Amino acid sequence: MLKRINDKEDLTDTAVRLGDASFPAPFPSGLEYGSPARGAWNIVHTAMLVPQGHQIYVCAAGCLRGVVLTAAEMHAEDRFSCISIRENNVLDGDMETLIIDGIEDILSRLPVRPPAILVYTSCIHHFIGCDLSLVYAKLRERFPDIDFAECYMNPIMRKSGLTPDELTRRSVYTLLHPADPDSHSVNIIGNDLATDETSDLVRLTHSAGFRLHDITLCRTYAEFQNMAASFLNITTQPAARAAASALEDRLGQKQLYVPLCYGYDEIDENTRRLAEALIVPCPDPSPARASCEKALAAALAVIGTTPVAIDYTATPRPLGLARLLLEHGFHVERIYLDAFNGEEKKDFCFLQEQFPDIKLYATIRPKMRFVNRHAGEKLLAVGQKAAYFTGTNYFVNIIEGGGMYGYDGICRMAGLMTEAFLAEKDARSLIQIKGWGCGCCL
Amino acid sequence: MGVRLLSVKQTASVISIYAADVSGVASALFELGGMTVLHDASGCNSTYNTHDEPRWYDNDSMVFISALSEMEAIMGDDDKLIRDIEETAADLTPAFIAIAGTPIPMMMGTDLPAIAAVIEHDTGIPCFGLATNSMHSYISGAGMAFEALAERIVTEPRTSARRQNSVNILGMTPLDFSVNGTDDSLRTLLSESGFSVVSTWAMGSTLDEIRRSSEAAVNLVVSACGLPAALELKRRFGTPFVTGLPIGEKGTSRLLDSLRRAAAKTDIKKAPASQVPESFVPDVTLIGESVASCALAEALEDSLNVTTRVLCPLETQAELLRPQDAEALDETDILPYLKGTRLLIADPLYRPICPSGATFLPLPSEGFSGRIYRREIPDLIRDYKAFCEKTGR
Repeated sequence: MLKRINDKEDLTDTAVRLGDASFPAPFPSGLEYGSPARGAWNIVHTAMLVPQGHQIYVCAAGCLRGVVLTAAEMHAEDRFSCISIRENNVLDGDMETLIIDGIEDILSRLPVRPPAILVYTSCIHHFIGCDLSLVYAKLRERFPDIDFAECYMNPIMRKSGLTPDELTRRSVYTLLHPADPDSHSVNIIGNDLATDETSDLVRLTHSAGFRLHDITLCRTYAEFQNMAASFLNITTQPAARAAASALEDRLGQKQLYVPLCYGYDEIDENTRRLAEALIVPCPDPSPARASCEKALAAALAVIGTTPVAIDYTATPRPLGLARLLLEHGFHVERIYLDAFNGEEKKDFCFLQEQFPDIKLYATIRPKMRFVNRHAGEKLLAVGQKAAYFTGTNYFVNIIEGGGMYGYDGICRMAGLMTEAFLAEKDARSLIQIKGWGCGCCL
Repeated sequence: MGVRLLSVKQTASVISIYAADVSGVASALFELGGMTVLHDASGCNSTYNTHDEPRWYDNDSMVFISALSEMEAIMGDDDKLIRDIEETAADLTPAFIAIAGTPIPMMMGTDLPAIAAVIEHDTGIPCFGLATNSMHSYISGAGMAFEALAERIVTEPRTSARRQNSVNILGMTPLDFSVNGTDDSLRTLLSESGFSVVSTWAMGSTLDEIRRSSEAAVNLVVSACGLPAALELKRRFGTPFVTGLPIGEKGTSRLLDSLRRAAAKTDIKKAPASQVPESFVPDVTLIGESVASCALAEALEDSLNVTTRVLCPLETQAELLRPQDAEALDETDILPYLKGTRLLIADPLYRPICPSGATFLPLPSEGFSGRIYRREIPDLIRDYKAFCEKTGR
């Protein structure tokens, strides 16, 4: 198997000193490995956020399998159907008929008529030039009482524009009907997880008297439709930006991107821009900053010089988090990611200069299958992949930032790191649960 | 002979779908020290290692995806695939390489056997390209993979004499048998019945044991996955084969007798197939893989004096089914057969289509519900009696 040189694993092209890494692609492309850390959400999880929505996937059996069982594992199989593509459908040119008739057949057998159907077509449709405009026109003509969202499970296009994840976050909101604007309502758009009630963003919005809508909190389709009236769409995740842009174009809702981040200056700038958009006074950040410093100091007092590993599934800003921790005395030893988030260029340059010995590890390079997964000493991981690859049971089990945001988010993160350091988790069981936070029958 | 129904809409409004051919390839070859490359954009790998492969966490098997992109597909960039596989093979030194296709390579007409030949030429590592496309079930893919082993990996026997009462077990993967010890139970039963097990394709055997399969006197096909390899081993070495599973006392006795006769090259006389009236409504309907389901159905007939029908939603050969059984590939095909049945035995994810008047007895299968009910999958060789009691008859 993996060649060992001087009793050390040969991790060429798989691990690199941050000081030697190139931006934004530190590793070459090639065959890819998939680790058993499965907490990151997929398109099924995200689309299930549409209350009372029903998903129908049209693709080959192999592609259906993963999404069908995603739905089954989250107890949502009653909100999921599929149409299986066979060779003859590719050869005979009857793909449009297959989709239209298949959906009609499914609707005739569903016990409850859904208000919205999210139809996922796949790579095959793209390559055969399936007339999706015709398909959706016919569907809307036949079923005028149902909203259809055009969705895509086409991973082959992941390097050709928006990723399937970004496309789904965008597609979900195409279901919103135009509505009269409500100047007292704002939305958080495109997040998989609810933003903490205690977070800077939610508190500022609520304290200014605005209603804050978020799909993660909607319980009915009608409630979801209320989001169409909000005058402002706030996004905090990079993958949500395309959704906000599409809504701005279609419904005229303004968008504001205030990314989840860990640098104090950027947090202040986000708060200032949010306050400006809401036309409210910007709060003084000093007390929140002081709380952060206190929380981080308290965490450091417990965690000390224990090595820390961070991965990209825990937060879209792993370098930003690493920088924050390093600047506060933590011993961040390694970071797991396959490509850098373009927004992290500044943090990358800072870390490259100040902490060049941090080790970057790929997560999908084939050699990672055989990497030594047993850190010799106690190690604290932030994220499931970091926990898996280091073999530690001391880990912060979050994805996508865990709903934390702003100074409050940093305080909470410090608390979660302390908790994780003090109490072992069952990493093997926890990280294999698909779509962390979705509910799972395993 | 079974009945094949043609499906029109190919829809599943409420039930799951079986593991695909690419997962079958990876599952079949998982333990043998080779490298399996799924030529796919993304998704096949996570589906396989999440839902179809219970050994993923603990065993460092080399199953990767090629991460095909739109531009590579449009430009027909096979060189990148070849280069990536050769580079990884140089790092990881697999015993063999298998490349399995998915929908887009099929649509592009990617010549996987030719790519495999180039890689084999360049690296000296046996390499086979398998014409999977994710549109068939794991039965098809695992069958192709086992057939490739029979063609390419199994060596000529070291002596002309076969080892007396020796047997290979063909078609054993977690997709049909999970990781609940069924493979061990089968080996133990065969050993205690006077057989020596040369190899198990492919759980619990090394590639060297697979290589020596030509030394066995008989092959036991335990799932439809194993039949293509059995046919190839018969073609290459004249090894006879028997299909079935030792479930229940009488069923076990029948199967062992068939194995002994086949090993001794004594003709096995099959009872002539009887006609089944169109109005036949079985007491018990089973949905599942043909070999295991038929073995269980016959055991239930022995134990409970009931009539049974197996509905096989997977690829199978007609000879693996009985006259009253049928192939029924999807939900619309299956539903008409369920009318009037009193007991339905199937994976729990079939429960939504169980008729209201029938009792449902769950029999989970990794190949259908993946890991969801893994803990409840019985070892029917060891625990048939307990399962039989659950029928309430």
